[in-house]
Formats: sequence, C-alpha cells, structure tokens
Amino acid sequence: MRHIISILMENESGALSRVAGLFSALGYNIESLTVAPTEDPSLSRMTLVTRGDEAIIEQITKQLNKLIEIVKLLDLTEGPHIEREMMLIKLKAERTMREEIKRLVDIFRGKIIDVTETSYIVELTGHTKKLDAFINAVESDQVVEVVRTGPSGIARGAKGLTL
Amino acid sequence: MELSGAEIVVQCLKDEGVEHVFGYPGGAVLHIYDAIFQQEDVKHILVRHEQAATHAADGYARSTGKPGVALVTSGPGATNAVTGIATAYMDSIPMVVLTGQVPTPFIGSDAFQEVDTIGITRPCVKHNFLIKDVRDIAETMKKAFYVATSGRPGPVVVDIPKDITDPNVKVTYDYPKKISMRSYNPVTKGHLGQIKKAVDLMLSAKKPVFYTGGGVVIGDASKQLTDLVKELNYPITNTLMGLGSYPGSDKQFIGMLGMHGTYEANMAMHETDVLIAIGARFDDRVTGHVAHFCPNATIIHVDIDPSSISKNVRVDVPIVGPVKMVLRDMLRVVKEHKNKPNPDDLKVWWEQIEKWRSMDCLHYDSKSPKIKPQFAVETLHKVTKGDAFVTSDVGQHQMFAAQFYTFDKTRRWINSGGLGTMGFGLPAAMGVQMAHPNAEVACITGEASIQMCIQELATCKQHNLPIKIILLNNGYMGMVRQWQEFFYDGRYSNSYVDALPDFVKLAESYGHVGMKVEKPEDLEGAMKEAFAMKDRLVFMDVVIDPEENVYPMIQAGKGHHEMYLPSKSELV
Ligand SMILES: Cc1cc2nc3c(=O)[nH]c(=O)nc-3n(C[C@H](O)[C@H](O)[C@H](O)COP(=O)(O)OP(=O)(O)OC[C@H]3O[C@@H](n4cnc5c(N)ncnc54)[C@H](O)[C@@H]3O)c2cc1C
Ligand SMILES: Cc1ncc(C[n+]2csc(CCOP(=O)(O)OP(=O)(O)O)c2C)c(N)n1
Ligand SMILES: [Mg+2]
Repeated sequence: MRHIISILMENESGALSRVAGLFSALGYNIESLTVAPTEDPSLSRMTLVTRGDEAIIEQITKQLNKLIEIVKLLDLTEGPHIEREMMLIKLKAERTMREEIKRLVDIFRGKIIDVTETSYIVELTGHTKKLDAFINAVESDQVVEVVRTGPSGIARGAKGLTL
Repeated sequence: MELSGAEIVVQCLKDEGVEHVFGYPGGAVLHIYDAIFQQEDVKHILVRHEQAATHAADGYARSTGKPGVALVTSGPGATNAVTGIATAYMDSIPMVVLTGQVPTPFIGSDAFQEVDTIGITRPCVKHNFLIKDVRDIAETMKKAFYVATSGRPGPVVVDIPKDITDPNVKVTYDYPKKISMRSYNPVTKGHLGQIKKAVDLMLSAKKPVFYTGGGVVIGDASKQLTDLVKELNYPITNTLMGLGSYPGSDKQFIGMLGMHGTYEANMAMHETDVLIAIGARFDDRVTGHVAHFCPNATIIHVDIDPSSISKNVRVDVPIVGPVKMVLRDMLRVVKEHKNKPNPDDLKVWWEQIEKWRSMDCLHYDSKSPKIKPQFAVETLHKVTKGDAFVTSDVGQHQMFAAQFYTFDKTRRWINSGGLGTMGFGLPAAMGVQMAHPNAEVACITGEASIQMCIQELATCKQHNLPIKIILLNNGYMGMVRQWQEFFYDGRYSNSYVDALPDFVKLAESYGHVGMKVEKPEDLEGAMKEAFAMKDRLVFMDVVIDPEENVYPMIQAGKGHHEMYLPSKSELV
C-alpha cells in the first residue's frame, strides 16, 4: 500500500541524509520526497511517499521516529488528509496543436507559464492522480520534459503536526 | 572560564566524570593531545591500533555501565575505529568516540587524511555530530553523552575539525548541567495497563518461559529480574547477551537458548504457551526459522526501543519502557494480584523441563587424553571461583565460554554478539581491567581471533594490565571448520590456521609471561599459577582437541525442536 508520511524535523544539514540512509539500510524505497523549512526556520517539514505492507510501514515509522533529529511524524494515510503535487511540463506546441493544448490546460485548471513558437510550459497543481491524468491526456510524443515535486500532504481538521 | 577548543574538549570529559580515554594520536587531534598532556584527571591509554581503542572503551562500558570514550585522528584513525563502533552499535553499548577532522575550510577538498567520518559512521552509530564552531563544543559533548547513555544506548561519534581546537582561540566555557532535546525523549516508564494485561497472561500460563537478553544487563535490572522470576518460580533462559543477569547456577535457569543453546531451553521455547521476552530482540540466532518459532505462544515483549518490538516476530502484548521500571511494576502487580500461578500446571511443566534437562545436552568426553575446550572453561571457572570478568573473541571458544562458565553476576560476560567481531576479546579485556584494576580478568580466545588485535600486548605491558589470556588453540578457525564439516562435506577451505607463531615466545617478547599447556592433568595447576601472578599478564596457550564441535546446534533456518546433539550428532 502507498503511504504518505509527514515528518517534522530539525532543520539541520545531516537530517535529510539520515532519512535517506535509513531507507537504503532497510532496503525500502522512497517513491518521492519533498522537504522545506517551516514558519519556524529551525524546523523542516518533509513529506515522504513509500510503499509496503503493514509490518514494513510499522518498521519504517518506528525507525524514522528513532532518528534523533526527527521531532514528530504522522502517517497521513491513516486519516483524512489532503495531498497536492506540482508539475511543470514542457510540451511541443506547434501551430495546429496550440488551441487543443490550451483547452486541455483549462480543463485541468493549469496555467501556461512559458510560450515559444514551438513550445509551452504548463504549471499544474493537484492530486498526484490528476497530474498523471494530464500526462495521459496529452499525446506522449508532445511531452518534452516533466518535472514533478512529489506530493506534499497535510491532515484535514483543526489539529496540526506542530511542536 | 576562557578556554581553547582543545581544552574545552578535555574539560568536558572531566565534567562528565570520564576518567579514562582510549586513543591514538595524529595530526587532526594534536591540539587535543596537547591539552591532555597538560592535565592529570583524564588518563589517556595509548593503544596500538584504533580498533582496539574502540573495543577497549566498549569493554570499559560493558563492565561498568558507564560510557566508554575513545579518541582517534581523522582519516585512517577514524576508519580503523569503525569496526569497534559497529560492534558497540549492534550490542547497544554506550560509547562516545571523538574523531579528529581536517580544518573546516578544507572539508570536502580531499585534504590530507580526510574522510567523510559522519557519512561513513552514520549507519552504525546511534547519532553523530560534526562540530563547526568552538562555541558549540560544550553543548555538543553534553548531547553526545546524553544520547549515548539514555534510552537504548549506543555509540555516538563527535567529529571535531582541527581549527575548532585551535589553542589560540579562547572562548567562555560553561558545561551544561542538564540538556533537553525536543526531538529526543526516551521513555522512562512502561504503560501500566499493558503491564497489568501482561501479568494476567503470565499468571494464567501453563507453560511459561522467561526469555531475557542484553537489555537486562544494559538496563541494570538484574535484581528486579531475579526478584520477579523467583516470585513466580518460572523457568528462565538467557540470550548470549543476557548471561549473568540471572544467576546461571540457579535451578530455575535452563541455560542459553538459540543456535547453540541448551536442549531444555530450546524445547521449552518450542512448547511454551506464554513467552515473556524482556530486553531481547528476537535475533535470528535465537529464533531460527521464524515460522517455527514458539508456535504455541502468546508473546509479551518488554523493550525500550519500539522498533525492536514486532520487528522479526509478531508480539501480542508490547510494553515499551526501561526494564528496571517495568520489572519493578510487574512484581508489584504480581504480588497484588488475586491469582497465583497454578501449582499443578507448574509442577507438570517443571517435570517436563527436568526430563529435557536430563538429556545432558552439554555432555562432552571428560576422560579424553586431549584437553577438551569445555573442560578448559570449566577449569577456569573453578580456578577463578566463577567470579572473573570473562571477555571473549568470536568462534567456538566463545560458545564454550558461554555454555560452561556459569555466570552468576551481571556485566561479567563481555563479548561481541551482534556483529561477532574477531579481535574484540583482548582490547575489551584492557577496558575491563582499567575499570576494575583489582579484579581477575580473563580473555578466552582462539588462535585466529587473537591475531586480529595481538599488537595490544604492548598496550597491556605499558599500562600494567594483568589480563590472563586463555587461548583455546585448536589450530583451526573452529567455528568455520565446524560448518564446513557439517554442511560442506568436510572440505576445510582456508580454515586451517597455518604458520602459527610460538605464542609463548611471542608473549615473552612483549615482556609478558607465556605458558603452554598440552595435557588435561596440567591445566588446573597451570591456571592457578597464572592467576597467582597478580601483576603480570599471562598468555596461556592451551592446546585443545582440534576437532571438537559446539553442541547443541540448530542449523540456520531450522526450528528450535530440530537440534544436533553431541556424540550422536543426529537431528532430534
Ligand atoms: C558465533 C556466534 C554464535 C551465536 N549464537 C547465539 C546463540 O546460540 N544464542 C544466542 O542467544 N545468541 C547467539 N549469538 C548472539 C546473537 O547474534 C545476538 O547478538 C544475540 O542473540 C542478541 O541478544 P539479545 O536479544 O539479548 O539482544 P541485545 O543485542 O543484547 O539487545 C538488547 C535489547 O534490549 C533492549 N534494551 C536495551 N536497554 C534496555 C532497557 N534499559 N530497557 C529495556 N530494553 C532495553 C534493546 O532495545 C534491544 O532490543 C551468537 C553470536 C555469535 C557471534
Ligand atoms: C573479523 C571477522 N572476520 C571473520 C569472521 C568469521 N569467523 C567467525 S568465527 C571464525 C573463526 C574463529 O577462529 P578462532 O579464533 O581460532 O576460534 P575457534 O572457533 O577456533 O574457537 C571466523 C573466521 C568474524 N567473525 N570476524
Ligand atoms: Mg581456533
């Protein structure tokens, strides 16, 4: 099963490599990972997507919790949550295709943020599945380059993952 | 107080109560060595190889419960220390290792003797720190000792670039009295509800077994464990790492379990209905094939590290907390409980265990004209009245020591279990002897293992460490040879230890006493003579039966009920 693990950790140089090192030591995969400082610059927030059965996810969360720099951790998939991912996608946009691409971008509520004679760059935000759907909707030979952030997640409701 | 970085490092050690540092100098730590030179409170023990510095600090820690401290230089100093760090990590031993690093402006430039010590040690430390500012030394050192010694202990590396210790840069020194870390808060107590649930189960058991491990030693809970086990009159087995934390000569003790555990312990594991696991981590040497592990049992597990629980084997009643507190609470709940263990069930269970015990699974040929390793360990036990600190290396001799030196006290049995590091025994014994100058310290070793850190004989001479080395010399990497005999049709590929030195002369050349013993009837007298030399290291080369095997043995991947037993050598 796919799990989204949300991590609050000390904003220190070694912390990220400890998380990455843990996964390689355990032999598990990181599907995606995003990290940036929070409103408190001494803390970073990481969203990590991984896959595994219940026992594997239990070991992963326990081992992550054991890392000295990790302050708090939540498996978002255990409750209602929101996840969003951002994608920048560069598409071939010859004259005949331009209108159709624009229509598609509107349907997906994306933005065209760079235009040349022969290309567009589209910015799209949403659930990972929505981004997948967009990629499927355009002709594969139109895609020049795809850059995705991987999902960031947050639990629904009033409570926050804070200190 | 205004001090330089180097002085601060040493002052922190003093303020932390550290009396001994095991180390080896080099460019990146010269400022620190100069600061050590100018004081007397912290004594430095110069080893002959950095691996030995870490093992000695480790032995010091295992025998005292206090953190061991090692100091090495950058680059090769740090890489040499890695084996010892990993050894301590696998067995959860509190240790602080100070490593020199190239000056901060040079980091990342492939400078002379630069390695990424933080990166290399990351997977085998509890935590590590790189200090980048002289003003951070004191707080980092405090954190290092706090992290190393609290919760599930482990080694912590502090990497110190040379410029941080510059004698000309002085800053205000203030050692923090207490430290708190928002991201690190080890549990201090077990959940009472879970403890009650566990006790209900324990008291309703028909075939209960205590399976306890290194956590009881590490957590200094030997007394609490003994009290609880006595109160209940249940059988108890120890892992290799738990030996001594429950008196080995007590009748409720059914021996070590696992790959080379006793028949009665492994059979009891196989049949038990309630397994009470305390400070043990269900290692594969213990469980064998997990599918066959304790097929009939409900499992209670007490451990301070949540990630130890349900890691290899699914547990029914987990209790996260320090053994000492949890066992104390358990005993109280047991005493206040309306139920008592059913005496009839217990009687039947003990009768069954006695039947298994009467198989005498540790039997060996005591009439043999050759010295049997089992006999050698028994003789050592007799001569030292069972009261020595015993360190060991890795191999058959380690298993014979575990099986035949009945440990009645905690922290007396010092060996590398998790990593199985050959070369551990002698340097570990140095750490033990430093910590206990008047105690009898024996190092049981093999002719292959001892050669991995033999250079430490010089350290022992320099610091007058009267260790007794008991070399069980079978001329083989016995443990390897045994596997080749059983599983490779006796093709002894590279397990014969050829070209051995004359160990007596070797010991003498280092200024020690050497002895060679070849006949069983000479052994006790020779050992007595050796231990009578209170202020000398004696190296006893004991020539043993080269082909003796360790029994019982469970083949890797088999169940507890499938054991090779002695002489008959057949699967039960
Ligand atoms: C050649 C060889 C053969 C071996 N054969 C055997 C064998 O036959 N039988 C055997 O048992 N072992 C054997 N071993 C050792 C084996 O590899 C493991 O090292 C050993 O079984 C682990 O012991 P343990 O479970 O007690 O765990 P340890 O490694 O001692 O771990 C301690 C556990 O206690 C926990 N803990 C620590 N402090 C506390 C505290 N204060 N409160 C609560 N919990 C705490 C830790 O989190 C950890 O889970 C062998 C090793 C070698 C080298
Ligand atoms: C550093 C290291 N290398 C290799 C091994 C694998 N190994 C385990 S036991 C053993 C043989 C040990 O021989 P010896 O010290 O003579 O002890 P014996 O088994 O004969 O008692 C070896 C090579 C190890 N445990 N550690
Ligand atoms: Mg040998």
